[in-house]
Amino acid sequence: MIRSELLQALAKDNPELRAEEIEQVVDIFFDEIAKRLADGGRVELRGFGAFSTRERAPREGRNPRTGETVSVPAKRVPYFKPGKEMRKLLND
Amino acid sequence: MRSVGTLTRADLAETVNRKMGFSRSESLDLVEAVLGHVCEALRKGENVKISGFGSFVLRDKKERIGRNPKTGVEVPITPRRVLTFRASQLLKDRIARA
Repeated sequence: MIRSELLQALAKDNPELRAEEIEQVVDIFFDEIAKRLADGGRVELRGFGAFSTRERAPREGRNPRTGETVSVPAKRVPYFKPGKEMRKLLND
Repeated sequence: MRSVGTLTRADLAETVNRKMGFSRSESLDLVEAVLGHVCEALRKGENVKISGFGSFVLRDKKERIGRNPKTGVEVPITPRRVLTFRASQLLKDRIARA
């Protein structure tokens, strides 16, 4: 499923809404999650899973093309842990 | 930064309510509907890709032998389907530079 298919599915269930309204709801949903992660917070959607961020230490990397050593600075990366009910949903 | 709390469904619904003017209960229903459709696609075995955000990718794991770390007893880990999230480059950049 891609974003446009999600919009279509929501439109079908909510014929009273305009396409732009559905699009706005979906944008708010994912933007707010992204924003909270960028702010260093976490997002918990019970039954679905939790988004958080993790620190990565700085390291020496290598440019695979030239073999040159480059220093990769410390950074934060997104992390997702599926919820219990999600794990169950996928394996029933 | 760092001290922000945890975002939940209720917060998402509140933002929908505030930005779009739908009632609180309508807003919560819409948030649930978005999540419900994503769950349903995953349940059916479909990956879900949201451009600009990331992909929810299903992986089928084969059976393997695990070990109870406390007792050292070997136990088979049954084959299972697991969900992983691959953030889009956009989301990675947003988080890395914050």
